[in-house]
Amino acid sequence: MNIRASVTVFLLSLAVVSSVFAGSHSANKEATPSPVVREQDIASMRIEGEKRFHANCGRCHAAPQKFPPRMMATVLRHMRVRATVTEDDQRLILFYMTQ
Amino acid sequence: MGFDVSYLSAKSVWICLQKCVRRTAVSSLAVVALACAAVSQTAETDKPVPILTGNIGTFSFVTGGHNVIDTQINPVLLVPLGDRWLVEARAEFEGEFQRPPNGGPYAGPVDKHVDYAQIDYIANRYLTITAGRFLTPFGIFNERLYPVWIRFLQPDPLIYPVGTAPSDGAMFRGGFSVSPQANLNYALYVSAASIGIESMDSERHVGGRMGLFFPGPRLEIGGSWQRTLQDDRKNAFGFHMGWQAAKAPLSIRAEYAHAFEGSGYWAEGAYRLSQAHFWRKVMRRTELVARSQQFFVGAIGAGADAGLELPSAETREADFGINYFFRDGLKGIASYGRQFSSAGNFNQWSFGLAYRFLVPLGRVAESREAQ
Repeated sequence: MNIRASVTVFLLSLAVVSSVFAGSHSANKEATPSPVVREQDIASMRIEGEKRFHANCGRCHAAPQKFPPRMMATVLRHMRVRATVTEDDQRLILFYMTQ
Repeated sequence: MGFDVSYLSAKSVWICLQKCVRRTAVSSLAVVALACAAVSQTAETDKPVPILTGNIGTFSFVTGGHNVIDTQINPVLLVPLGDRWLVEARAEFEGEFQRPPNGGPYAGPVDKHVDYAQIDYIANRYLTITAGRFLTPFGIFNERLYPVWIRFLQPDPLIYPVGTAPSDGAMFRGGFSVSPQANLNYALYVSAASIGIESMDSERHVGGRMGLFFPGPRLEIGGSWQRTLQDDRKNAFGFHMGWQAAKAPLSIRAEYAHAFEGSGYWAEGAYRLSQAHFWRKVMRRTELVARSQQFFVGAIGAGADAGLELPSAETREADFGINYFFRDGLKGIASYGRQFSSAGNFNQWSFGLAYRFLVPLGRVAESREAQ
């Protein structure tokens, strides 16, 4: 009973804290390259993103199609947790998949 | 005596009422909190959007001449909150239908349970904190390869039940680069015993998994450990690997697991026929798959293994199959396998369709201002 109550309170606290932070802006944007990135940087990021896409995503499943950026951002966050994709890989794959 | 009975009834009713009120209040508060988070996020135009995804599958498994129609739907809800939070949940509704021994229409039970319902906080590039109900990270099949649209072959590996009992608790995990050639990934978790909800049974245990992924050769190797903290306090450990050839559409995976109940391994490969020089349109959608596996009964004894869904005798099995990808997320499957065991040998056929869906639960088009 105590464990159940503790887990419930903990989860509830997390939900409340998450709701407080949900709308906050952060400098840590996911896969949002600076608008002043040069063209060759964009090309190299795309190439690197494609390489990391095939290396990481291919570990488990066939290459999926591209979805709208807001959906891809969610999918990549899910994959970061589920498949322990690194932060850099997440950013570059998202950049490649939203081009 | 009559007084006692009525007193006990009134007391039990009061306890039930208390439980109901408490559960309803907690659920309502959680829903309100999450709704507030979702609403506060709708103002953003460049933020991740909540998604309903998952898979649907319908299969016919013919095992030793006995047909079972397996139909399942596994919805997955992903709700990103802010820049660092993610709420994710997956449920499973699976019906296994077969003809009664004396004839008649197909019928059978429908199993309903929650696979995971967790909240993740991405603290930094090294650490993600997870709380709630989560898939136990023992090996790679349970966490990453289980969905029907992902797995090469539909029948579960023989050792799948080892170390994969559901977890209700907390987990630290992450993946980061340790050198330009290697990424390290890890997971450390602790799970409490069942929290009392029938469809969310769990086991009290602690464990961890660590792996190294080499992006260059696309090779992943790792190991898992788990200690059960209820009933018999036993250790289990395992190893896993995965490799994708860079110059050929070939993928190979393998796992080994050892526990008190038994040990075994599976190794499987998939080859996409995209390099064939004939019928290219068909061939590039076709994948040949094969799996070899073996299970050794452990110290617990053959009789007790039945409850753990492990084979009751030393078992070997070989499977071959073909997957055809009609389009992204939709594939047809067919496979044949033969199991060799002291309990009897038999053939195992499977046919079916698997489909992955993905639906946004909000606006996905960018606003003009954002563009």
